Amino acid sequence: MDRSTIDLWVGVLVALGVAAFFALATKVGNLTASKLGETYTVTADFENIGGLKPRAPVKSAGVVVGRVDRIDFDTKQYEAVVSIKIDQRYAFPKDTFANIYTAGLLGEQYVGLEAGGDDELLKNGDKITQTQDAVVLEKMISQFLYNKASESNSDNKPTELKPEAPAAKSTELGDVPF
Amino acid sequence: MANILSQIIRGLRKVGHRVGDQIWRLGAGARLFFLTLTYSTECFRRPRLIVREMYFTGVMSLIIILVSAFFVGMVLALQGYNTLQKYGSSESIGVLVALALVRELGPVITALLFAGRAGTAMTAEIGLMKATEQLSAMEMMAVNPISRVIAPRFWAGVLSMPLLACLFSMVGVLGGHLVAVAQIGVDVGAFWSQMQANVEFVDVTNMLIKSLVFGVACTMIALFEGYDAPPTAEGVSHATTRTVVISALSVLGLDFILTSFMMV
Amino acid sequence: MTSHIVEIDDLSFGYKNKLLHKGINMVFPRGKVVAIMGGSGSGKTTLLRLIGGQIKPTKGEVRVNGEVVHQQDRNGMFKLRRQMGMLFQHGALFTDLSVFDNVAFPIRELTGLPESMIRDLVLMKLNAVGLRGAHTLMPPELSGGMARRVALARAIALDPSIIMYDEPFAGLDPISMGVICDLIRSLNDALGATSIIVSHDVKETFQIADYVYFVANGEVAAEGSPHDLIQSTLPFVHQFVHGEKDGPVPFHYTAPDYQQELMQRG
Repeated sequence: MDRSTIDLWVGVLVALGVAAFFALATKVGNLTASKLGETYTVTADFENIGGLKPRAPVKSAGVVVGRVDRIDFDTKQYEAVVSIKIDQRYAFPKDTFANIYTAGLLGEQYVGLEAGGDDELLKNGDKITQTQDAVVLEKMISQFLYNKASESNSDNKPTELKPEAPAAKSTELGDVPF
Repeated sequence: MANILSQIIRGLRKVGHRVGDQIWRLGAGARLFFLTLTYSTECFRRPRLIVREMYFTGVMSLIIILVSAFFVGMVLALQGYNTLQKYGSSESIGVLVALALVRELGPVITALLFAGRAGTAMTAEIGLMKATEQLSAMEMMAVNPISRVIAPRFWAGVLSMPLLACLFSMVGVLGGHLVAVAQIGVDVGAFWSQMQANVEFVDVTNMLIKSLVFGVACTMIALFEGYDAPPTAEGVSHATTRTVVISALSVLGLDFILTSFMMV
Repeated sequence: MTSHIVEIDDLSFGYKNKLLHKGINMVFPRGKVVAIMGGSGSGKTTLLRLIGGQIKPTKGEVRVNGEVVHQQDRNGMFKLRRQMGMLFQHGALFTDLSVFDNVAFPIRELTGLPESMIRDLVLMKLNAVGLRGAHTLMPPELSGGMARRVALARAIALDPSIIMYDEPFAGLDPISMGVICDLIRSLNDALGATSIIVSHDVKETFQIADYVYFVANGEVAAEGSPHDLIQSTLPFVHQFVHGEKDGPVPFHYTAPDYQQELMQRG
């Protein structure tokens, strides 16, 4: 086997392999998507974050503007503290509204930002005060069942207890069991 | 009664002998591994040796890897579509194909094919070199066969495996793309964007780690089996078979261990 | 410096409780062709491996140039082996290298010579064995005799002072045998080397050897010049030299009494 042929083929192998690696990293994986430029961090308190996880996207009007950096638990308020990194290019007013949404019925959860009308803008370290918790599917279903039950037989005593139990349970777990 | 007892004792002795033998082989393999590492300086000073072996291990496995990857990707897309469309989420097909390939099938199937193509070739080559006294001849020329024959092949295998695994995964995704987009008619944008949203960069690096570990395991097993083979035609053919069996088992076992660590 | 380049002193070697060699003494004078003869399985090849330091003796020692072989560290062993060339039974050519590269292999690995000089050296060595024209061939394209000659060229590539031959005549046609025979003698004299031949081919070996050791049952059974040995009346030597079926080396492997064993089985 000729030396230069071997060199050529090994070169081809290495070039293809490295190209495939970069293609995997950028096209298949979300190396570029997860890379934000300069960011600023704001926090938001939620009573229930559902299944939100770090690195989940932060969207506004459907556009990814940042990512969830970390999730802590405030032992005084007994609330979740979600730190969000937002791209420096996107500025939001102080009274921006933060929701936790679910992509589709069973999809990943993400943070949605709805801009308010304040003139002052969010700065690094600020806190978003207006938040709305994640919708816990279990809670919704139990509420729905409770309503149905109270409609059909309103004089039934045990139904009084019913909403307590599942509601308590769902907040405890704070997660949709899927 | 005494007869049965003696048969049981004979059976136990056989088991003990087998176990002892396997442990000895494990130790001998580990010893060869460390010797290979210590005698690797020579082949790093002469990278030409490694390049040459990469041709025989990496480039020669290229065709089988690429073709298999393409078919695996296409089959994944077909099967995935079949199930996903029942839940109305057929555009997640890209996620399914990419995750399956990057996390598991890419490194694992590459390693299995590598063991079958390059590993057996290595075992047979080294076994024959031993049987025809080429290794002894080298030793008598004051050339260490481990640094001249074993180490370059080892590093060639270790370097080739991640490259091949990357290629396997990428070509598999392209195969899946062909079936999903061109044949089934899933939206191109949805295919790629869903994939990008769900495949993390960590998955890709984990794939590299896996394939590196598999590369070390498969190459070392192939080399050890060849180096340890009895210097006869029969011995070499047995060693070749063992290379495939042991490589396959170790790859799957290691995959389980690595995956369970990566999931944490 | 003694006049003997290799000395084997009270050498024993064996696996577990079965000794292959039991206290062998041999000397190999400089510039001579010395043969070690004996039946198959008498440990002749093992002796070569002991001289080359590939295995360690159980007892006793081998000295090359006065240095004990098995006590050498990596560096010392390297130096010793630089002085040795060995022709293996079937040549042991590297099957993935051409004839040229095979002969060039030890030069490339062990010296830092420039490629042009290596080329001259290799062609010189190949010319010495008459195969300069075959330097582009691959080992599988060679006949048995040619492969043996290429291997010989490789063994002498670094001008060793000791050349060891492991069954150089085995499996060759009469013409190739004659060629190898001549080469061993002429190369030995041209290089001023010492040759150690391990063989069981009486005719060829006696033609070229200056001195012959007979090994049997792990001991030196007889020694002397070929001329003396042909006329030897020692039963073993007589049997070996004349190729007789039965004698001190029995036709039957050691076994219990034939009749008794048959009766037991029945």
